[in-house]
Amino acid sequence: MDNLLEIKDLHAGIEGKEILKGIDLSIRPGEIHAIMGPNGAGKSTLSAVLAGRPDFSVTQGSISFAGHDLLAMSPEERAWAGIFLSFQYPIQIPGVSITNFLKSAVAAKRKATGEPELSPAQFLKLLKEKMALVKMKGEFAKRDVNVGFSGGEKKRNEILQMAMLDPVLSILDETDSGLDVDALKIVADGVNALRSPEKSAIIITHYKHLLDLITPDVVHVLKNGRIVATGGLEIADRIQNEGFDGING
Amino acid sequence: MADEKDILAAAVERDYSEGFVTEIEQEFVPKGLNEEIIRLISAKKQEPAWLLDFRLDAFRKWQQMTPPKWGHLSRLPEIDFQDIIYYAAPKSDSDRPKEIDPALQETFDKLGIPTGEREVLAGVKSKVAVDAVFDSVSVSTTFRRTLAEKGIIFCSFSEAVREHPDLVRRYLASVVPVGDNFYAALNSAVFSDGSFCYIPKGVKCPMDLSSYFRINASGTGQFERTLIIADEGSSLSYMEGCTAPMRDENQLHAAVVEIIVEKDADVRYSTVQNWYPGDAQGRGGILNLVTKRGLCRGENSHLSWTQVETGSAITWKYPSSILLGDNSSSEFYSVALTNHYQQADTGTKMIHIGKNTRSRILSKGISAGFSENSYRGLVRMNPGADGARNFSQCDSLLIGDNCGAHTFPVIQNLNPRASVEHEATTSRISEDQLFYCNQRGLATEDAIGLIVNGYAREVLSRLPMEFAVEAQKLLSVNLEGSIG
Repeated sequence: MDNLLEIKDLHAGIEGKEILKGIDLSIRPGEIHAIMGPNGAGKSTLSAVLAGRPDFSVTQGSISFAGHDLLAMSPEERAWAGIFLSFQYPIQIPGVSITNFLKSAVAAKRKATGEPELSPAQFLKLLKEKMALVKMKGEFAKRDVNVGFSGGEKKRNEILQMAMLDPVLSILDETDSGLDVDALKIVADGVNALRSPEKSAIIITHYKHLLDLITPDVVHVLKNGRIVATGGLEIADRIQNEGFDGING
Repeated sequence: MADEKDILAAAVERDYSEGFVTEIEQEFVPKGLNEEIIRLISAKKQEPAWLLDFRLDAFRKWQQMTPPKWGHLSRLPEIDFQDIIYYAAPKSDSDRPKEIDPALQETFDKLGIPTGEREVLAGVKSKVAVDAVFDSVSVSTTFRRTLAEKGIIFCSFSEAVREHPDLVRRYLASVVPVGDNFYAALNSAVFSDGSFCYIPKGVKCPMDLSSYFRINASGTGQFERTLIIADEGSSLSYMEGCTAPMRDENQLHAAVVEIIVEKDADVRYSTVQNWYPGDAQGRGGILNLVTKRGLCRGENSHLSWTQVETGSAITWKYPSSILLGDNSSSEFYSVALTNHYQQADTGTKMIHIGKNTRSRILSKGISAGFSENSYRGLVRMNPGADGARNFSQCDSLLIGDNCGAHTFPVIQNLNPRASVEHEATTSRISEDQLFYCNQRGLATEDAIGLIVNGYAREVLSRLPMEFAVEAQKLLSVNLEGSIG
């Protein structure tokens, strides 16, 4: 089967400083890949580059996504094509309710992909259904996006957006950081419910906890801008016991 | 990778869809301003002697005055007041035909302003009575009969002078004196038309009343005069909208609005100001130099101002309230958006005279491009204003690096038992916010529109429904091409 995502010899950085120093990574439809690594390894840079964050620049290499040259696409075009990034630090948008924000986002994506607009009733039905997935009450949708949210609420809101936008490739950037056990479970259940043979995900994490709840197909270790090890869950076990120092490819 | 600034630079320039000109035969008075011109305008309108005297008195006062220079408005040009035509009217209107001229009908249709009652009654438009003013004259006022059944007078100012001279004479210049300021004096000398509204005692006006101002003729100024009187225990929601053609010249708009609110009466005055703002290089646009003031004369009277200012090259405007009656209250909710080379100096004055009077100011400035946006406000607690309270909040939002936002709040508290609070914030639309929205599939301009509407939401939510929708669209449209 063709790869959904294919990263070849990717070099990228910010403000002239190279952070990713030659990444190769292939993900097939339906696969979940975990990327683990110590602070400063380049995990968040990889997610930012995949989503097209403008302050990061790619100096070498290529990324192909569903047969398209991803690097030629704007951030919103990537979103329309089905890439979703769950932010490590979700951003506040005062005065804009979750409902309003999601209505705009869903409408923009459907317009771009040529799907018919949802009626208000259809949209609200979908929203209610997806909110139940992350155990949110109806009142929550009236709150301003990420304003005054707890850490757990922010991450659940990210997963809600993911569920509403129905991406082909979800990138969860340290979605587990700062979550208590209950919130972690809700987030993991939400992600698992969205698994399908066509949908893939990249889970970026420091710790094994989340991988106990969302079982990955492949685990990669990222250190100093390079993938130094690739394997199954046993790598995560090794990291849990020995730390990242012991893994050098 | 396409940089977001490139995307913005390539984005279409702001489309001022109201910028068309109506081809219609008009009559003008000769260019320039002197006593003869004033006599001519007054004669055309067949005014009584007292009104001509009022105008001439204003003119003489104006001649002694100089334009105020304190506004933060570096692009306000020296205006040659002899180079302006002070009266322009559609020709067919001179004998007030029963039917509105088809060309005018079409103009207001194009602007979405109902000048007929049929489509409103058919439920196409929401029920609003409209006074449509085209250059210097009111061309149509709807629902007058329905309103008259409740004793409500809603008509053009000129007609009020003919039909209700006692009311006009009693209240005209009672809130904004003739010599109040340079532009108010000019307006008092040459005002042509506008709206007049009287709500009798105890009457709740059954529908929103609205004035729509349209500048069409080139080389002219518009000097409308609006007078609103809410008698004891009455209530009214009033809306005002305005547009003008796109032209390379600056055109002057110097209006005066006076509102009298009696005991227990409630007036809500909403404005969506969308005068032509000039082009992206700062050529042309309306000079909007306006005096608006309300007098909360009776106990428990209430006046709220809500304004969304997106148009005009220059805005100089301070809708103000004098809280004379005990327990009277007023609010000022404002969103002022400036883009390209627009400059706005706008705010309010809250003058607390009565006991336990309350006021609230919420001002949201949005600056983009090379524009300058200033909030200027005065809160004054007079010695007798025991227990009076004011709370002011002035927020500024900056888009891009070349614009300016300023606040000039003045507080005069002459009563130790009165309280005044003021808060101010300045923020920017961050790259992080834009990227977050982009990642969710919102293109940058849509993202800016969404963020700006969120920022302004608390003010927009005060507008009547139909106006709120229009205002939201305007905020998004007027920011097109705002970064780059």
